[in-house]
Amino acid sequence: MLGDLGTTSLTAGLVSAVLAALLWLRVALLGAAARPARLASAATLLAAAAACALLEAALLGHDFSVRFVAENGGRHVPVYYTITSLWSAMDGSLLLWLLILCGYGALLARRRTPDRLRAYAMVVVSVATTLFFALSAFAADPFQAVHPVPLDGPGPNPLLQQHPAMGVHPPLLYAGYLGMVVPFALALAAPLAGPAGRDWVRAARPWALIAWATLTAGIAVGAWWSYAVLGWGGYWAWDPVENASLLPWLTATAFLHTSMGGGRSRDRWNTVLACAGFLLVLLGTFLTRSGAVASVHAFTESPLGPLLLGFVLLAVLAATVLTGRNRPAPGPGRAPLLSRRTAVLVNAVLLVTVAAAVLIGTVLPLLTEPLTGTRASVGPGYYERTAVPLAVVLLLLAGVTPALWVRDRAAALRRLALPGLAALATVAAVGLLSRPGPAALTAFGAAAFVLTGLLAEVAARRRRPGRAWAAILAHAGLALVAVGVAGSSAYGQADERTVRVGETLRVADVSVRLVSVHRGIDEGRMVVRATTQLSGTGTTRTATPTLRYDPARDTAVTVPAISSGPHRDAYLTLIAVAADGSSATLRLAVNPLVGLIWAGGALITVGGLAALAVSARSGRPRRPDPVDRRVPAGVAA
Amino acid sequence: MIRRPGRLALIAVLTAAGGLLVTSALNDTLTYYRTPDEVAADPTLARDRVRLSGKVVPGSLRRDGEVAVFQLADGGHEVTVRQRGMPPDTFREGEEAVVEGRLGTDGVFHADHVVLRHGNEYGPSSPAAPEPTDAR
Repeated sequence: MLGDLGTTSLTAGLVSAVLAALLWLRVALLGAAARPARLASAATLLAAAAACALLEAALLGHDFSVRFVAENGGRHVPVYYTITSLWSAMDGSLLLWLLILCGYGALLARRRTPDRLRAYAMVVVSVATTLFFALSAFAADPFQAVHPVPLDGPGPNPLLQQHPAMGVHPPLLYAGYLGMVVPFALALAAPLAGPAGRDWVRAARPWALIAWATLTAGIAVGAWWSYAVLGWGGYWAWDPVENASLLPWLTATAFLHTSMGGGRSRDRWNTVLACAGFLLVLLGTFLTRSGAVASVHAFTESPLGPLLLGFVLLAVLAATVLTGRNRPAPGPGRAPLLSRRTAVLVNAVLLVTVAAAVLIGTVLPLLTEPLTGTRASVGPGYYERTAVPLAVVLLLLAGVTPALWVRDRAAALRRLALPGLAALATVAAVGLLSRPGPAALTAFGAAAFVLTGLLAEVAARRRRPGRAWAAILAHAGLALVAVGVAGSSAYGQADERTVRVGETLRVADVSVRLVSVHRGIDEGRMVVRATTQLSGTGTTRTATPTLRYDPARDTAVTVPAISSGPHRDAYLTLIAVAADGSSATLRLAVNPLVGLIWAGGALITVGGLAALAVSARSGRPRRPDPVDRRVPAGVAA
Repeated sequence: MIRRPGRLALIAVLTAAGGLLVTSALNDTLTYYRTPDEVAADPTLARDRVRLSGKVVPGSLRRDGEVAVFQLADGGHEVTVRQRGMPPDTFREGEEAVVEGRLGTDGVFHADHVVLRHGNEYGPSSPAAPEPTDAR
């Protein structure tokens, strides 16, 4: 019953998405009334919401006649993880994907009298919606009936039932990915829309900010999640799936910089970056969902691979054909070396270079097999030599920002004197006191350069809030992330040993004494728990790292015990236990400064939202089209 | 705006620098996958760092202090692997395993890194869910 309704809602969504594309084309070409088109877009959103709600109802009601529930539901799964299991496997997560995509479409279509730019953009969004609805309805219908109906299901992958971030990370990430569709659609629409298309960058910027801020938050939550759940204690492993989320973030970051102030001076860059964001999202979806790249995250071979590759090629073709003819107006002449225009250009070049290096490392394993006959993988060392040094250069560039807020060249250079001194002092002090290695040392220096400059700026601007605040917050967050990454990788210490009950494992000034080992059964899962006394600087607490084995999925999960302090975490993992419970293999890691990574991620997100608030306040078009007059100020963004 | 010939030269220089950076970084960070029968046929293949994938031979897995010793088999050939540190139930007899390391002159593969697989399948999950990526 639920299954039939679900399949019907997918079909309805597909039909209304096709209808929406045609009706919006009519609005754009003939200037027809927008009301039918808006209704069609609203119907598409309604269909996606209905599909999501029906699958949630089936999951919560344990309706195992629905294929997705039979594969991913389970009576033993807590309610929270039953709700989140909607996006714990591909077919269900595609519904969430559709819901968010349709949500963006409905938001873009919300004006009563859209201009031609938005009408053409809605055609692009509707076509993308159609393609994904078709994918869901024909190749990945989660509502298919199952015969015979099983009595219970295995539940979602046990790893996805370990941490509350499961309810936050995927939706945030999807909101980030799919937000890229609007700047992409506006960039494609601009050459078609005539005079209305001239101001497309101003229209695209708020959307890019929403997408970028949610993507940043999604990546940060994902890093925190993998740190808190996966026993190896890392937050980033340069895995293809992680790279797929980083790539659009990099190009979107570049776009946020080139699109400042209406983006007139970097027209070509804006078009390329806005397109690249969504194209990389599609490419990443293809890479991670087709089983094409050997990643432990990757999915089983699925029929979606060729279809998704088709989408990528179609989008590339559309972007090239539509924007390739676009001749940008000649720029306003040569820019001085120390100017915002030059800095934005250098920033864009660096970010695109990082993205290119990461992209090459991610897709190279795909190419080595047909070329050399052997499968290969690209190790983290590759990224540490390419992306990391460039990221440090980018951080230094962010430190130059305060100098770009004044017109006078001498005053600008004076502004960099204090941060420069602070950076050199930091490098000298840190280098003398410890030996963190050249990369970390440079990162510390660059972070000091950025933070000192920003602090001076904050001190000068206390009473004059303005648009610079967004940049101050985001750049400060970036510097904190850099300190956290450099500190935890340079000063992190770990040891792994088998200890008997009563023995102690020591790393730096943290020691762990094994008190006892328990084995038990909990909700159908075998659970091994080590009770330990964790002693840090002056404090002692009980820590219980755990190993869980789920027979339904034949999967073992390590749940580390993390004791977070102000400047470092003690991270304890249970690796194995002896059969008689007399000893356990423990891994104790001391990770300094990791907390700064999460704090920095939050700060960058807040910076993005602050920029959004600023652009919503000042985002009214300078030369509003006559049809736009009726739109109240403030909504115009 | 830099004048056109100058801009082209700049782009060429930047592209060349980028290419140089990428190729030099790929040098010895590109790890090939090998199977026990390839390594048995040509041991020099595994003198550099490789990933060795095969089935854990039933009955071969034992723990020697902090070192797990087992045999990986594929295509009728077996390679003895010594892996420092016991990852959580990663190696199960009769199951596929992927380890990273070097073949020693003694013919034993010294692994220091396990590429985790969970369960029998590459688990379906949300696209960017941070599943275990590497056990170090």
